[in-house]
Amino acid sequence: MGTLLQVKNLKTQFFTQDGVVKAVDDVSFDLDEGETLGIVGESGCGKSVTVLSVMRLIPQPPGKIVGGQVIFDGEDLLKVDDEEIRRVRGNKIAMVFQDPMTSLNPVLTINRQVSEALELHLGMNKDESRKRSIELLEMVGIPEAAKRIDDYPHQFSGGMRQRVMIAMALSCNPQLLIADEPTTALDVTIQAQIIELVKRLKKGLGMAVIWITHDMGVVAGMCERVIVMYAGHIAESARVSDIYADPRHPYTLGLLGSLPRLDAARKSKLTPIEGLPPDLINTPPGCPFAPRCAWVMDICHQEYPRLRGVGPGHEIACWANVKEGRA
Amino acid sequence: MSINEILLEVKGLKMHFPLTQGIIIQRQVGAVKAVDGLNFFIRRGETLGLVGESGCGKSTTGRAILQLYRPTAGQVLFEGQDLCKMGGERLRQMRRRMQMIFQDPYASLNPRMTVGNIIGEPMEIHNLAKGKEKQEKVQELLRVVGLNPYFSNRYPHEFSGGQRQRIGVARALAVQPEFIVCDEPISALDVSIQAQIINLLEELQAEFHLTYLFIAHDLSVVRHLSDRVAVMYLGKIVEIATRDDLYRSPLHPYTKALLSAVPIPDPTVEARRERIILVGDVPSPVNPPSGCNFHTRCPIAIPLCSEQEPAFADKGSGHWASCHRV
Repeated sequence: MGTLLQVKNLKTQFFTQDGVVKAVDDVSFDLDEGETLGIVGESGCGKSVTVLSVMRLIPQPPGKIVGGQVIFDGEDLLKVDDEEIRRVRGNKIAMVFQDPMTSLNPVLTINRQVSEALELHLGMNKDESRKRSIELLEMVGIPEAAKRIDDYPHQFSGGMRQRVMIAMALSCNPQLLIADEPTTALDVTIQAQIIELVKRLKKGLGMAVIWITHDMGVVAGMCERVIVMYAGHIAESARVSDIYADPRHPYTLGLLGSLPRLDAARKSKLTPIEGLPPDLINTPPGCPFAPRCAWVMDICHQEYPRLRGVGPGHEIACWANVKEGRA
Repeated sequence: MSINEILLEVKGLKMHFPLTQGIIIQRQVGAVKAVDGLNFFIRRGETLGLVGESGCGKSTTGRAILQLYRPTAGQVLFEGQDLCKMGGERLRQMRRRMQMIFQDPYASLNPRMTVGNIIGEPMEIHNLAKGKEKQEKVQELLRVVGLNPYFSNRYPHEFSGGQRQRIGVARALAVQPEFIVCDEPISALDVSIQAQIINLLEELQAEFHLTYLFIAHDLSVVRHLSDRVAVMYLGKIVEIATRDDLYRSPLHPYTKALLSAVPIPDPTVEARRERIILVGDVPSPVNPPSGCNFHTRCPIAIPLCSEQEPAFADKGSGHWASCHRV
């Protein structure tokens, strides 16, 4: 399968009163057609800003994409004009946002909101788009779609609203679906419904998915490849089987160690990552994880480690050679 | 003090919030049955986990126990004394022995008070310490929760979420309580910080012999912390058992579905697991379904389930569940 999306040396910064926030700093990754990529990290690590930069949805000012390339289907999305990016957004690349309560317009009916993209991108008339919208709502599992299509968002529950968001995203058969923490605001049983839905739709439609989350468990169940981000950088990137069986970056190890697992053998003590997430304004030179790292060496404070391969398709940005156990 | 001594017992606890209509003359047109008849107990020194999805009434239960809401019906017996019948000075005296840690560390600390005042206030209210002694105790508490004792002159905005939650814990500990309701104390925090707070709560429990009611929606966290676990659905407890029993052999279909929905951070395990996907959403607590609350989403429901409410019964060795089918 060919490469669908190539992100090269992406840098996005926010110019605030307190200084320049380097939200995304030199991030590169590829995504194949039909592949599911998970981006994991804590709040403020730059995972949302990365995908918003891909869609060119960074509010400007204060934000600015200061460097890099986003090559989608052979074209650099950062170079095309506004007219062209609008043709890509919602059409070839679609996005589902975290909070289904606030990302639907409360004063428009579901029909208006789902039909909009169909009329805009596919040139359907009102009747056609309404018919297609009902089909889409049925596809994402909304009961009595034909009846409910004229309802307003407040008449839907959280899980149902997220289904509507997914229906909207899928309306133009996108090649890439970006899901930004789509299940974080939902309960576990509803989360399981949504994950199953996206897996099923992905299989049927053959689209690629970027799934952003802070939950390592969700990633294990649905992604093929994972990127772990920390402080605007990629810390580790690997196939999903490798990241859990053989994590090599201290931060990934820390994340896995600090999770209580439903299937853990005994009541064992958790090993948290000590310290606090970094301040992205005054980033010291060197590795941003160094102050919290158990494997820290002198060089970590001086120079940022470049991504290096440690196995097939497995890269880390770390000076240390982390194997099992503590340093 | 025996090990099996029951510290807190809840009998038939109901908390209904009235729904009114009309602007000047308000008529009651119904009630949100947030908590509808709970029976359980907590032994001294143990942690009871209370899990359920949003809106199931778990937080309301915690607040009703502490009398932050006055329950509609039922009893809350703390060492055999009914808190629901107490008021005024007597209740205030009892409140010293029960504290709460709140979910949102950004909303539960007064931004205009210094950390020292936040932690010191409960001591003053209960006449436990004053002046220099109070300051020393505040510094001691800050040290206990893993913060620098010299932070007591700072304001909450100078701290991160995890540090604020530590301040919230210190405030709860200030009056040397026996019982603490932890209402989702870690769900607003980042993953790497969550583990810090979980470990802190465990250490404090061992050091000060605390009894916890730990409210959470995260089943993995509850499993890690609890001795016994109660599962709530739509204002009722559907199952209660020791931690190992509940996670190893859940009886109620809702518990089974809930457990199967939790993602496990291991791709090989995930690939082999079978998921029970519940259909639909949680019904409204204003108008709960007839019979068993859960029958509208239950994969094994029979006609009887929509007619008759199942009894909450002991299914063997302290494993209680309310289901016609088990």
